[in-house]
Amino acid sequence: MKLQPEPQMPRVWRRESKPHRFCPGCGHPLALKALGEAVDDLDWQDRVVFGCDIGCSLLAWDFFDLDTVQTHHGRTLPVLVGLKRVRPELVPIAYMGDGGAYAIGVQHLVSAAARDEPVCSLVVNNAVYAMTGGQMAPTTLPGQKTETTPYGRDPALSGHPLKGAEMVAAVAAPEAYVARGSVANLRQLKRYLLRALQNPHFSLVEVLASCPTNWRTNAAETWEWVEKEMPRYFPLGELKGGVREEERR
Amino acid sequence: MTAVIERERRAFLTGNEVVAWAALAAGAEVMFGYPITPQNEIMHYWARLAPRYGRKFLQTEDELSAGYATIGAVLGGVKAFTATAGPGHVLMQEALAMAEMMRLPVVAIITQRGGPSTATVIYSQQEVNLACFGGNGEGFRLVYSVAGLQDLYEYTLKAFGMAWRYRLPTIVLGDGYQAKMRGPVKLFDPARQGIDTGMAAPFLGAAGTPGRERPPVHLRNTYNLEEELLAVVEEQARSFEQVAEQVAEYEEEKREGAAILLVAHGIVARAAQLAAGRLRRRGKAVGFFRPVTLRPFPETALRRAAFEAEMVLVAESAWGQLERLVRASLSGSEVPVQAYRRPGMGITPEELEEELEKILAARKSSGWSRGDEVAARAADATGLAP
Amino acid sequence: MSIARIVLGGEGGQGVQTIAEILAEAAYRSGLEALYIPNFGVEQRGGVSLAFVQLGDEVVAVPKFRRAQVVVALSDRAIQRTADYVTRETTFIYEASAAVDPSFLPREAGRLLPVPAVKLATEHLHPRVFNVLILGTVVGVVDMVEETALKAALEGLLGHKFALKPELRELNYRALGEGRELALTA
Ligand SMILES: Cc1ncc(C[n+]2csc(CCOP(=O)(O)OP(=O)(O)O)c2C)c(N)n1
Ligand code: SF4
Repeated sequence: MKLQPEPQMPRVWRRESKPHRFCPGCGHPLALKALGEAVDDLDWQDRVVFGCDIGCSLLAWDFFDLDTVQTHHGRTLPVLVGLKRVRPELVPIAYMGDGGAYAIGVQHLVSAAARDEPVCSLVVNNAVYAMTGGQMAPTTLPGQKTETTPYGRDPALSGHPLKGAEMVAAVAAPEAYVARGSVANLRQLKRYLLRALQNPHFSLVEVLASCPTNWRTNAAETWEWVEKEMPRYFPLGELKGGVREEERR
Repeated sequence: MTAVIERERRAFLTGNEVVAWAALAAGAEVMFGYPITPQNEIMHYWARLAPRYGRKFLQTEDELSAGYATIGAVLGGVKAFTATAGPGHVLMQEALAMAEMMRLPVVAIITQRGGPSTATVIYSQQEVNLACFGGNGEGFRLVYSVAGLQDLYEYTLKAFGMAWRYRLPTIVLGDGYQAKMRGPVKLFDPARQGIDTGMAAPFLGAAGTPGRERPPVHLRNTYNLEEELLAVVEEQARSFEQVAEQVAEYEEEKREGAAILLVAHGIVARAAQLAAGRLRRRGKAVGFFRPVTLRPFPETALRRAAFEAEMVLVAESAWGQLERLVRASLSGSEVPVQAYRRPGMGITPEELEEELEKILAARKSSGWSRGDEVAARAADATGLAP
Repeated sequence: MSIARIVLGGEGGQGVQTIAEILAEAAYRSGLEALYIPNFGVEQRGGVSLAFVQLGDEVVAVPKFRRAQVVVALSDRAIQRTADYVTRETTFIYEASAAVDPSFLPREAGRLLPVPAVKLATEHLHPRVFNVLILGTVVGVVDMVEETALKAALEGLLGHKFALKPELRELNYRALGEGRELALTA
């Protein structure tokens, strides 16, 4: 039942592991497409190391022809920080869900940003804990129903959604790069990722992404959510510009 | 408080639903948890049911936080619990170590999954070491290993009672199979069945102004001197050992002059019990022993049963975790111990039957087993075999 | 037969777990012992969904097993995935259109029972009742579950849908009936 490799697959995608394991309509493979193209454009297959968290991100453990390490939930950043400290020539990227990055691993994220560790994070914000079956995530929107907010997220009880990119921008060094893109605009997302990967400082790109399985939405509703609802709370754009090419020389 | 379950009723539930009902029926006021398979639905049901009964739920940022928040609620004087598994259980042990040191009646439901590391989200019995001895301490806690849905209901009720009576962190040790399987279970009001589910009382913030109307409570888990710590741990050890004989529980099917005593815990014990029974019906001398408490371990009872047998076979879905407890209990004795180890795999009665037959055949051919003859004689005497 | 062991396999969305749940619930309501466990794991996303059901007049203590009296496979991948559970005593029920490559069918099965459920459901009933039709066949083969219990279990799981669209109830009953007939005639 092997599908023909899609002609538009990034070079760095591993053919043997396709078709991938994400659900139809999932945002993960779109984010990974933008990432793959960015790595292709830079021709950095020899130096990018891919780290994935526990969450649906772990389904990408053999996604790329890149050296990859799959770690514990929330612990991807510290693993890659250690790697980068002993192998400065490598370009590690931590691929995490919003739960991994902004809840269980938030202490690692904040500390890495504050210390300006030169690693890159790609955080998939799908507003739920997807892998464990659709519980509330730090990013769940007010009123949004999940398995653990069966009556809708009530900010009076469980607080407001966490704006992770803004939080990181607030604690990160001036040279850090922080941006928020969306799987609804892959060209923009790829542009952000190119800057993040090339920034020799801490960088984070959050990407708004779909999870139709746990949202229980049809195709039209899913896109409505990603394109219209989510950006209302999580505005797209660059929050911190990093070090530009010209400044680096 | 009005009873959650007023009239006894049979229901067709998953293990995770059973736990949520049991915690409600036991009067737990609050649950703290962090998502992890196969525990998730305990939280899902609790989150749905809790508001209807005026109970609370908080999803924390991780298991560290879930464990410590449970401790906070207990200090405030309510029955509180948490649930986790696998790598979450590892984190939870940090808070459980504090509960052990301060003798706080924290109740944790553990649904074992495969290990080490992330492994599988499915099933194992590989969290025995962790449940019994996790954390930087001595393992002064109660661990009930349940074997089936009815057990899960009754021991979750009991866990609250025992935790609060003895002021010990208490673990209900289940597994992914029991969490996810759906079957018949009888729900009842614990008060009517005489099951003690504990009386909670505040450790902090009791009535009266501290320092004026009563002395302040100063709880601590840090000590300055080695001697201070030694005294504290010795006192804990003494009181744990004192209650050990009372709280240790087990189940057994004896076989006089048994060739083999089959030992298993949790859901594997059910397979073991079936296998041993079938062999006995075929005239083979096989006994069965199931430790229900893994901490404290029913050492005396196991020694008694093992000394009557020619050998012990330990079966478990782990690589020797129960076996280690068994060997420690039997230390100094001559009874040989063999193991059937299937880490992360379910164990069926059929494969245990095969294993037992194999051992019996090997012993017979090596000529030093008296098991079969003894079996036949004992069967006549006890009427156990058809 | 004191305990009937049944494995069901299919693609996500084919309703394997629903069949299993209704079957187990119906057995329970028929006064039988019953135990149901889904397989679950990270591979489940995008993988074959399996369900294990045991029913009978003996207490079922162990949730999983290695050999089944009845195996149900609803997709070509499920046919391969469930082959391990087949013995010479097994009735192997499979969606007829899923046997793309008949060489994958377990030849050793005591009885091979193809069910054109997709075709029948689409042509006579509604594609959505495909899994209930299969359920009917399983119930026909196992022949331990009472009709009233089956309907009650169906009501328990799908009642909220019937409430919105009462004609669905009749449709599901007809699917059950057609499925059951296939068990007897095919
Ligand atoms: C210490 C620990 N706690 C809990 C889990 C269970 N767990 C696995 S994935 C996950 C949530 C994933 O959510 P997110 O990070 O948002 O990623 P998504 O699945 O949405 O992509 C959790 C809680 C775990 N593996 N380890
Ligand atoms: S559950 Fe959601 S995030 Fe996970 S693979 Fe499916 S659609 Fe994607």
